[in-house]
Amino acid sequence: MSAEHHEESTVVVQPVDKAKVRLFMKVTLILFVITMIEFAIAFTVDAGILRTAVFIALTIVKAFYIVSEFMHLGHEVKTLIWSILIPLIFLVWLIIALIYQGGQVLLVR
Amino acid sequence: MSSTAVVASDSDKDLWMGGNEPLKASYGKLMMWFFLLSDAFSFSGLLIAYGMIRFSHPAFQGSPDEFVFSQEYWPIPEKVFEAVPFLHGVSLPLVFVGIMTFVLILSSVTMVLAVEAGQRMDRKGVEKWMLWTILGGLAFLGCQAWEWTHFIVGTEQGGRMLDGTFIHGASLSQNQYGPPNFAALFFFITGFHGFHVFSGVCLNFLIFYQATVGKLEKVGHYEMVEKVGLYWHFVDLVWVFVFTFFYLV
Repeated sequence: MSAEHHEESTVVVQPVDKAKVRLFMKVTLILFVITMIEFAIAFTVDAGILRTAVFIALTIVKAFYIVSEFMHLGHEVKTLIWSILIPLIFLVWLIIALIYQGGQVLLVR
Repeated sequence: MSSTAVVASDSDKDLWMGGNEPLKASYGKLMMWFFLLSDAFSFSGLLIAYGMIRFSHPAFQGSPDEFVFSQEYWPIPEKVFEAVPFLHGVSLPLVFVGIMTFVLILSSVTMVLAVEAGQRMDRKGVEKWMLWTILGGLAFLGCQAWEWTHFIVGTEQGGRMLDGTFIHGASLSQNQYGPPNFAALFFFITGFHGFHVFSGVCLNFLIFYQATVGKLEKVGHYEMVEKVGLYWHFVDLVWVFVFTFFYLV
């Protein structure tokens, strides 16, 4: 990286990337606000399929910001993004199979 | 693939002699990503098992205000997790776990700032932000220790077992809150995650130490900070899902 250094002790420190830090603060604020919304829903809305669906949707939004910005995946090469995301398709099958099975176990219990 | 155009401008020899880098990421970072993918499957397995076992038990019928602990149905999570340290007897559902969530998210932010400092070769910045990240991780572990203790010791009113006896707290075989599997899943899922946090703190400390003694500066880059950073953000990410599926839903 820093080819300029002549000795081990003279390392050139670049200035803080203000735009980047601002982006991180924005993402932090988004995560904070979404969690607050989740709390508000938990205390005001009765449990049900709709509430659960909203919680899952908000969780995925939070996961998107963490993976895309904090883990920097959103700025990687497309091939890398897809090679991480596509294998997660297997989970769709596992969720459907096991939740269905759980309901069946309840019926014969 | 977007990288094909770049590769085509190089000579054909580079293309087939290992001279190109199609994913534009170092070996270590790629391996960390694929490890995290497999770890995501482990946690998904645990959380989906939670879903299956929960659906195989009857849910509590009736108004949440009338809820009492019983072996007959699955407990409402916010009725179980409603204690906060130093506020004994006050019902504050999910408040403490909310604080834990913020502690972990904030330690993720300090980690991302450590990575940013590392990319600028700013050793002082890396030291400062890594230290904050380690402190955040330790704070989270402390909260979890308290949460587990409270869960294991139980509440004064306790819960009635199927044979009519009353017990307080929880173990792997029975618990006052509901069916035995409820406590077992609590211990497995939050325990597996807590162990990840613990190993993350150890890795963070190792990298903090290497940065402090100047080893990373000597190497010429701070990529190790980015690699443990990926792991640390993943631990935060898993907690976001545990928070939703174990506490909120």
